[in-house]
Amino acid sequence: MEVEKFDAIIVGAGLAGLAAAYTLAQEGLEVLVLERGDYAGAKNVTGGRLYLNPIRDMFPDLWKKAPLERFIAREEVAIVAKERSLTMSYCGEELRQEPYQSYSILRAKFDRWLAKQAERKGAMLVTKSRVDDVIIDNGQVVGVIAGGEELHADVVIACDGVMSLVAEKAGLRKPGNPRDFAVGFKEVIELDPTVIEDRFGLNGNEGAARLYMGEVTKGKFGGGFLYTNKESLSLGIVVGIKDLTEGEQVQAPSLLDDFKQRPEVASLIRGGQTVEYSAHVIPEGGLKALTKLYGNGILVAGDAAGLSMNIGVTVRGMEYAMASGYLAAQAVLKARETGQFNASQLAVYELLLKDSFVMKDFQNFKDAPAALDNPRFFTVYPEMVTTMMSELYAVGAGPKERIYPTLKKHLTIRELWDMLGDLRKVRKI
Amino acid sequence: MSEVMGLKAKLGLDVFKPDTEPHIRIKPGMEKDPRLKKAVLVCPAGLYTLNDAGEVEFTIDGCLECGTCRLACGIEVLEWNYPSGGAGVQFRFG
Repeated sequence: MEVEKFDAIIVGAGLAGLAAAYTLAQEGLEVLVLERGDYAGAKNVTGGRLYLNPIRDMFPDLWKKAPLERFIAREEVAIVAKERSLTMSYCGEELRQEPYQSYSILRAKFDRWLAKQAERKGAMLVTKSRVDDVIIDNGQVVGVIAGGEELHADVVIACDGVMSLVAEKAGLRKPGNPRDFAVGFKEVIELDPTVIEDRFGLNGNEGAARLYMGEVTKGKFGGGFLYTNKESLSLGIVVGIKDLTEGEQVQAPSLLDDFKQRPEVASLIRGGQTVEYSAHVIPEGGLKALTKLYGNGILVAGDAAGLSMNIGVTVRGMEYAMASGYLAAQAVLKARETGQFNASQLAVYELLLKDSFVMKDFQNFKDAPAALDNPRFFTVYPEMVTTMMSELYAVGAGPKERIYPTLKKHLTIRELWDMLGDLRKVRKI
Repeated sequence: MSEVMGLKAKLGLDVFKPDTEPHIRIKPGMEKDPRLKKAVLVCPAGLYTLNDAGEVEFTIDGCLECGTCRLACGIEVLEWNYPSGGAGVQFRFG
């Protein structure tokens, strides 16, 4: 009996999987995408925003009609201490000029739309289908088992997300070290668009992104985030999993509750209606935590491969997912020319990644995880900076002290020495 | 607005579809294992609790399938899988 065989089976209809499916289907390959959710995006969560510039040309026809939320015209960062905070807001003409650099998005909407585009190119999407195992024949992945059914393909692309059980079953990764991962949890809070625009000083479809660092994670590695969508805010916390299990005992969900109660945040979400609560793990281990990217008959892309990065001012993952899905597809196309899908043919995937912004970013920022994993950024500096601000602005009953000595008393020799040490590490970012 | 919305109420906003069996289980005999206690802190849905006997109890209802417990506690103490296809949380916004 002839076994039905696909050119490629893609596990997971997230951004990596759909980018791969779209690209392969466009070239006429028979592609099957297996998604365990009710629809593409049903299991996916972002903070979040998508940066378009690095991936624009990989999918030239995609962006015009994409259901993006707001283009980010305002970049803000808030340094938060126990009783004070300092917020910096950056506006720039370039942020307001087309093509816009980045957009806030909501994944259930975006992924579902992207899946439609991939289907339109000819990809087959099967939802409500969990992949339980890979089929290995003579050391080669030749398919997957889903819902008790054996499905065969020349190549399997594991795009099943940060926990990638598929890559684990194929022997390409281990369950992972908590040190290399953070957990994010957020609320989507509905607000009238005009209220959003007024509160954040936005015009029309402009959006704002605000990151909070310091007390919001009780000194633990991580931060808070706020993105404006069309008719809602995405408000959440990201915190290192290892840090959560050590030091001061804090229950993760309470961080978000406390965050919402902060005066800086409460006034922004006032009157809003929370409509969803979600959580997701984020790979943050950088270059050294990437999994094996390919094996015999299998490629790994997106979060499944660990392709997500936090360098403090920007937190990125989705464009790495889309680019790695695209490049995995290119690797499959190249391997097809040889008619073989062994690791030696699929190795071209790693070369393509190395040649792209993806691996160049991971190489350039390989020291970021270690440099940022410094409790002083989340405790000492926010307290120091905001205390200085408080003293600068204070006008008491008596005479006001001169500004220079006011600031200088915080910068003791010891403190400057420690700062120099931190700076040395940060210089590597 | 000033009232803090409880976790149960928050999870009540989400769409969950029932599964035939729980996709995560504490491995038998591991209820008092120190590794498991980390789940009480890390679970964003607060599904792990410590009882008076010092055992960790777990309920699957409200699981957001993030995987934090698997990473924090390890697969020696947890049997961990995703829910069956079409079951579990279905994010409408994400």
